[in-house]
Amino acid sequence: MKRYLQVIAAVWWKDVRVELRSKDIFTGMAVFAALALLILNFAFELRIPDKRLVVPGVLWVTVAFASVLGLGRAFISEKDRGSLAGLLLAPVDRSAVYFGKMLANLVFLLVVELFVLPLIVLFFNVTLISAPLLLVVALGTIGLAVVGTIFSALTVNTRAREVLLPILLFPIILPVLVGGIRMTIGLLEGEPLSKLGNWMQLLIIFDILYLVIAFLTFDYVVEE
Amino acid sequence: MMSRRILTVLNLAAAAAMVGAIYMALVQAPAAINLTETDRWAQRIIYFHVPTAWLSMLAFFVTFVAAILYLVRSQPRWDMLARCSAELGVAFTIAATASGSIWAKPAWNTWWTWDPRLTTYTIVLLLYIAYFMLRGAIEEPERRARFASVYSIFAFVSVPITFMSIRWWNTIHPVILDPNEDFGLGPGMTVAFVFCILAFTLLYIALLANRLRLEYTIERVAALRARLLT
Repeated sequence: MKRYLQVIAAVWWKDVRVELRSKDIFTGMAVFAALALLILNFAFELRIPDKRLVVPGVLWVTVAFASVLGLGRAFISEKDRGSLAGLLLAPVDRSAVYFGKMLANLVFLLVVELFVLPLIVLFFNVTLISAPLLLVVALGTIGLAVVGTIFSALTVNTRAREVLLPILLFPIILPVLVGGIRMTIGLLEGEPLSKLGNWMQLLIIFDILYLVIAFLTFDYVVEE
Repeated sequence: MMSRRILTVLNLAAAAAMVGAIYMALVQAPAAINLTETDRWAQRIIYFHVPTAWLSMLAFFVTFVAAILYLVRSQPRWDMLARCSAELGVAFTIAATASGSIWAKPAWNTWWTWDPRLTTYTIVLLLYIAYFMLRGAIEEPERRARFASVYSIFAFVSVPITFMSIRWWNTIHPVILDPNEDFGLGPGMTVAFVFCILAFTLLYIALLANRLRLEYTIERVAALRARLLT
């Protein structure tokens, strides 16, 4: 077990270190998110009585779309550098590779969200950031990272892999996004988190369920 | 391989059952009470709508089980079954959505609404369209089968949630099979309803058997051609 955790940590640290040096994923996602916020801001500006009404949707649309950019890189960059085979040949349990990469993706997404949330506060003039909201965003992000990482491995060997990833990812992740949006709406309307228990359960159930399926099937995705 | 004779019997039985289902739904089943003239006719769509919706679920369940069997056993025939059943599932999903939409126009006064049941069902449809896009994007048969199997396992998680969604969330979609409530159907209606479900299930089995036979034929032709050309 200790050895397994060490492998996870090693894969995680490798990905984080690559990212710290290149900053490809972070800059890509962050700039894309800022642009998406800008477009959404203009899209809604004069059409609705109060821009704050659309903040939950804006937050989750931005997060979901930006995440596709970063998630895809997890395996595409390995493949392009030719290091994927090396990683898979390592004499370790492959699910540990999955967990390492998933946790790296999770960190990348969370960092981008910490950049996006203040931007939304700034652009949409709304008090958004609170402990319950951060929890909700984190739960949604776990779902995105869990499913996105295995689908990134799934699409890396296909034609038109960049096109395919969002098409595979979004319908699977939709229940998580719906839960996240509903809870964000509730929190912005001043409801306590305890009143949103149903959605919370939905989010947690999906996160766990998808994590278990990913753990069970990852070996088949990278088997060559 | 199923013999030609069994297939013929299955086809004839399914055809007869479907004619019977039309008779049961339109003639034998009593008209609903407490409804306006239009709604009374619209209500009969239940004999078509519920069986097609049920079959889409059954078809995706078969895909799910076949996908697991493929991953465990690595035999191509399980993947073939998964794919053929998913095709039927998509067809039945579209049929159920269309018939539901026709019913919703008089009943809810709209063709479409973002009700949880309708929303989750739309997600299911998109999931299996994505499943076929994934298949289309991979050239190598063995890898295609493996990846598609993994994806369909993820996708199937959505199907029971669709079924449960009308119980978990507030919805305007009627619940017919609820043990806590009355069946909602009169005795004459129940007979027609159950008959239609069974008839449609037979139709699914017949379609699937024919579809699988077609696949085997395609494979045999390909094998024969390869042998003749070498």
